[in-house]
Amino acid sequence: MDEFVATFFNLEVVRAASPILLQGLWVTVQLIVVAVPLGLLGGVILALLSTIRSRWVRWPLIAWVDFFRAFPPLVLLMFLYAGLPFAGIELGAFGAVAIGFFLNTSSYYGEIFRAGIESIPRGQMEAARSTGLTAVQAMTWVILPQAVRNVLPDLVSNTLEVVKLTSIASVVALPELLYQARQAQSVTYNPSPIVAAAVIYFLLLWPAVRLLSRLEHRAVARR
Amino acid sequence: MLSGGAILEARGIHKHFGHLHVLKGVDLVVAPRELVFIIGPSGSGKSTLLRCCNRLEEPSSGSVVVDGIDLLDRRTDINAARRRIGMVFQSFNLYPHMTALGNVSLALRRVLGRSREEAEEIAHAALRRVGLDEKANAYPLELSGGQQQRVAIARAIALEPRVMLFDEPTSALDPELVGGVLKVMRELRESGMTMVVVSHEMGFARAAADRVLFMDHGLVVEEGPPAQIFGEPRAERLRGFLRDLDRH
Ligand SMILES: Nc1ncnc2c1ncn2[C@@H]1O[C@H](COP(=O)(O)OP(=O)(O)OP(=O)(O)O)[C@@H](O)[C@H]1O
Ligand SMILES: [Mg+2]
Repeated sequence: MDEFVATFFNLEVVRAASPILLQGLWVTVQLIVVAVPLGLLGGVILALLSTIRSRWVRWPLIAWVDFFRAFPPLVLLMFLYAGLPFAGIELGAFGAVAIGFFLNTSSYYGEIFRAGIESIPRGQMEAARSTGLTAVQAMTWVILPQAVRNVLPDLVSNTLEVVKLTSIASVVALPELLYQARQAQSVTYNPSPIVAAAVIYFLLLWPAVRLLSRLEHRAVARR
Repeated sequence: MLSGGAILEARGIHKHFGHLHVLKGVDLVVAPRELVFIIGPSGSGKSTLLRCCNRLEEPSSGSVVVDGIDLLDRRTDINAARRRIGMVFQSFNLYPHMTALGNVSLALRRVLGRSREEAEEIAHAALRRVGLDEKANAYPLELSGGQQQRVAIARAIALEPRVMLFDEPTSALDPELVGGVLKVMRELRESGMTMVVVSHEMGFARAAADRVLFMDHGLVVEEGPPAQIFGEPRAERLRGFLRDLDRH
């Protein structure tokens, strides 16, 4: 038992590793702060484009969204980071991660927002337009607020996935939390930093998980 | 009636939905302070005609002029024109995420550019006119159908439209709630509002309408003052329609 604790919950090792774990956490937070708003913004734009009926918008949009939803994010990231330099495009680790996340997550957020917009009865848009609101104003003040409320659980759930996905940035040597934990592990020959990183991820995500479960309860109760 | 002084002048309106020819050359000319009632069987094109009058539906051909503005001209600012045309829907279409006050003030703020204080003052006045100022802070779900429809009327009149279009405003209401909405409409008419009403409330038509249009299969088959339309209908289809109504 002692040996188990000394192996996986070695506080001394964790204490020694804590500065670089905190650095890693800081990078992870930066990633989240960049990836989530960018993804949400891209998602709203994709969803708004999807309300345009013209096939010149519709088909390219469907192709775009399908493509990036089917593209494994890890492969996408490797391509941006290690593939594009062969074409003379150097994005760097953070750039590759930011763009890869944007392409991937905005497509998912976009589908969620689209479902939300489509859940709003047509009469809402008509009523708004009949009072002289422009299409953009009607979207902003009437449709989107209701749409977001209708798909809030899906948005939170997708955001959880995005946060978890930030750990794949470690494969392009971006020094985020998981990357730093593995560095610490290889220096100390002890897996406790990985356990510590797991605990930090849990603490980071748990409030969102609670929120999600409350939202889902509320959604069920409303039915 | 001089069409030169008309507030709403729709002429030769045709509307196709794919192969369906829904309006087949309809004229609707409404003078200031006039209340025109439109009746007709389901599917005859009444809603489509109303929706062409504020371009929620694009007519396939014809012309629509409201308050001197040519709605179908490409250069017309349709949003500026629409605020002169109030519309009330069968299903109310209140914004469920806003209070009654929010519903009424939205366009005042975003379209007319009023400040929040100004908009709310006007919105309170509009809600008073429909007898619902005490519900200003209620959400649509907390209101009865009749109250929701009165808020929807307030939302339209707050913009001081030159003409109001009503598409079956009482059809979705429980019978005991119809009276409250009709009362508001009658007061609106007495205040001089120009109105076009699609409805099955024949009692209201008899009492309040200046003119009744009977539509069938995308055409105005007969029109005249209510006494004539209900008292001595000429067209066979109109007689049949009125007979069927009596039976129900
Ligand atoms: N957006 C649309 N697309 C295709 N067909 C439509 C559309 N809107 C209306 N129609 C058709 O046009 C015809 C006239 O419809 P409209 O709603 O104007 O009739 P109405 O007289 O208002 O009937 P009701 O009394 O049932 O409301 C109907 O056959 C309807 O199915
Ligand atoms: Mg109708």
